[in-house]
Amino acid sequence: MSANAKAKEKGWKDVPIGGLILEAGSSEKYETGDWRTYRPVWDQDKCKHCMICWIYCPDSCILVREGKMIGIDYEHCKGCGICAHECPAKCIDMRLETELQAEGAAAGAGAGSASGATSGGEAGGK
Amino acid sequence: MSKRVAITGNEAVAQAMRQINPDVVAAYPITPQTEIVQIFSSFVADGDVDTEFVTVESEHSAMSATIGASAAGARAMTATSSQGLALMWEVLYVAAGLRLPIVAPVVNRALSAPINIHCDHSDTMGARDSGWVQLYSENAQEAYDNLIQAVRIAEHADVQLPIMVTMDGFIVSHGMENAELLDDEVVRGFIGQRTPKHWLLDVDSPATFGALDFADWYFEHRRQLADAQTYVKGVVLEVAKEFAKISGRDYDLFEAYRLDDADFAVVVLNSAAGTAKAVVDDLRKQGVKAGLLKIRLFRPFPHEEMVAALAGKKAIAVLDRADGLSTMGGPVFVDVRSAMYDAPGPKMVNYIYGLGGRDVDTEQIAGVYWDLARIAETGKITSPVTYLGVRE
Amino acid sequence: MAQVLEIRWHGRGGQGAKTAAILLGEAAASAGKHFQAFPEYGPERMGAPVLAFNRISDEPVRVHCHVASPGIVVVLDPTLIGKNDVTAGVPEDGVYIVNTNLSPAEMRARLKVKGGKVFTVDATQISMDTIGRAIPNTPMMGALIKATGLMALGEFIADTRHKLEMKFRSKPEVIEGNIKAIERAYQEVQSE
Repeated sequence: MSANAKAKEKGWKDVPIGGLILEAGSSEKYETGDWRTYRPVWDQDKCKHCMICWIYCPDSCILVREGKMIGIDYEHCKGCGICAHECPAKCIDMRLETELQAEGAAAGAGAGSASGATSGGEAGGK
Repeated sequence: MSKRVAITGNEAVAQAMRQINPDVVAAYPITPQTEIVQIFSSFVADGDVDTEFVTVESEHSAMSATIGASAAGARAMTATSSQGLALMWEVLYVAAGLRLPIVAPVVNRALSAPINIHCDHSDTMGARDSGWVQLYSENAQEAYDNLIQAVRIAEHADVQLPIMVTMDGFIVSHGMENAELLDDEVVRGFIGQRTPKHWLLDVDSPATFGALDFADWYFEHRRQLADAQTYVKGVVLEVAKEFAKISGRDYDLFEAYRLDDADFAVVVLNSAAGTAKAVVDDLRKQGVKAGLLKIRLFRPFPHEEMVAALAGKKAIAVLDRADGLSTMGGPVFVDVRSAMYDAPGPKMVNYIYGLGGRDVDTEQIAGVYWDLARIAETGKITSPVTYLGVRE
Repeated sequence: MAQVLEIRWHGRGGQGAKTAAILLGEAAASAGKHFQAFPEYGPERMGAPVLAFNRISDEPVRVHCHVASPGIVVVLDPTLIGKNDVTAGVPEDGVYIVNTNLSPAEMRARLKVKGGKVFTVDATQISMDTIGRAIPNTPMMGALIKATGLMALGEFIADTRHKLEMKFRSKPEVIEGNIKAIERAYQEVQSE
């Protein structure tokens, strides 16, 4: 469906030749957060801010400000679990999206995620 | 001005490459192309060119490195033959799909097995659907001229496609003949600088090359590739016109030799066309209205012009130096006959000749014309596909 | 077809048949003629029989097939006679130039030809004397120039000297040896 919808907007004459992408960093627009089965849940109190997770995360989803970890980018995190596996302080817990979503629904609308980023609520919808 | 020299096809092509002075050449040696790369590498060693010469471990790598260099913005070239081109097959499609104006001389040689180093066109015919433009050359002069023009054609804003320029292995690559070479400055002035719209090392406007392209946009990009082919003819003619000004030599999409008033036409590529011209002259003296169409631009296929040139002939023979192995003839035959489908129909037959370097002489080609005369007279084709010069 | 002089060279790998064809072609080009020079490529083995060809004409040469009916045959190695048919396709009035110490009459008998002309020269001995190695190609070119009158000897030597100078800049003795070989063969070649 989405492919057809795009094709209506632009045709083959309207896009750069050779499959070139002329915008830098455009992969950020591609939200991969809904690919997750497990969500890394970060325990701020146990975190030592060692940045091991930041080094290991293959999708640059560990959010850092002024040398301190401040959360996880759930719009892009695919739930691979490498951060949780590598964390020496064991402060990242991998939890099933379905369970978390069920909890969120029970607790009321809009309480899906501690950091406020998109959850995997649309998983499978694309 | 230009000077006439005694030169082999490989030397002429290497000289053209020296004059083109590409930014990058990545190549691997293979008979009968080896001399091109060997001579060119001596130009690099002697400082006659500014080229970054990349020695690689295979033709697959040669083409891959050439693609990388071209995407980076360089004017990049390679050269190969036969099995080497076959090994490039996968990446040939990448070069075309990424719309990179790579120019590559290819010295035509048969494909194994049985192993053979001599001329036929199986190698470049195998690459005919890759999206590369293909220019065929009768002799050293044409190989030289085509290579220089290829740079302009490939890099033209409407085209942006890779081009292979072919010549016959050994017959032309190693045979020595006269050819006129242009002055270095004239060639450099003619080809100018490459000015790509987007290139990988342009940090001011970064671009991603070779991104994943699934069902959502792949089809559109392939449609663009097909569209680009439609501009090639016009650009080939435009470049030829300018080339005539610096060289005095005229080029077209194909050469029509005594074809206008001919009853019987032979369609052929590369060096055998020269032999066939001698036959045409001989037959004309005998009162036979023989003519010749030598294809220069084979991909994309200039079908409209070709139909106009061949319409009204009594009988046509297409000579293929490669077999399609489809049981319905060689690749040139299939294209020419398909193009002629809607034209008022001359009888058409196919001759597969010269595989693996088998010599084709004037007598055999004259025999083809006599076959055509018989077909025109009787209206009967006994054999649509004939293997010319094979031992029965 | 325009008048085309066709030459077939018979030799063995290493004797310089291809080089001779190319040097002759280049000399013809310098004299303003159109030409082709090409070998029949096979497995490149020292001592194996090889063929090389020339076409020389005032008009551009367009045919790209082998030379089937050469007007001139040059045999660099007499041991090829009998094993290979050096007379194949040669017209009645064909010219043979053979590297041998036999006389033209003796060679004619060996070749079993009636018409035409037979020239002989001991190019192997000449090359041993002048170059120090059995490389009969350059003396055979001298014999060819004499036998055919294709061009003036001086013209041919000047062109060949130029070519050799480009190739053997560091070995002047090779250049002089080859030039001497050409001159000697030009003088010593015998006809009937």
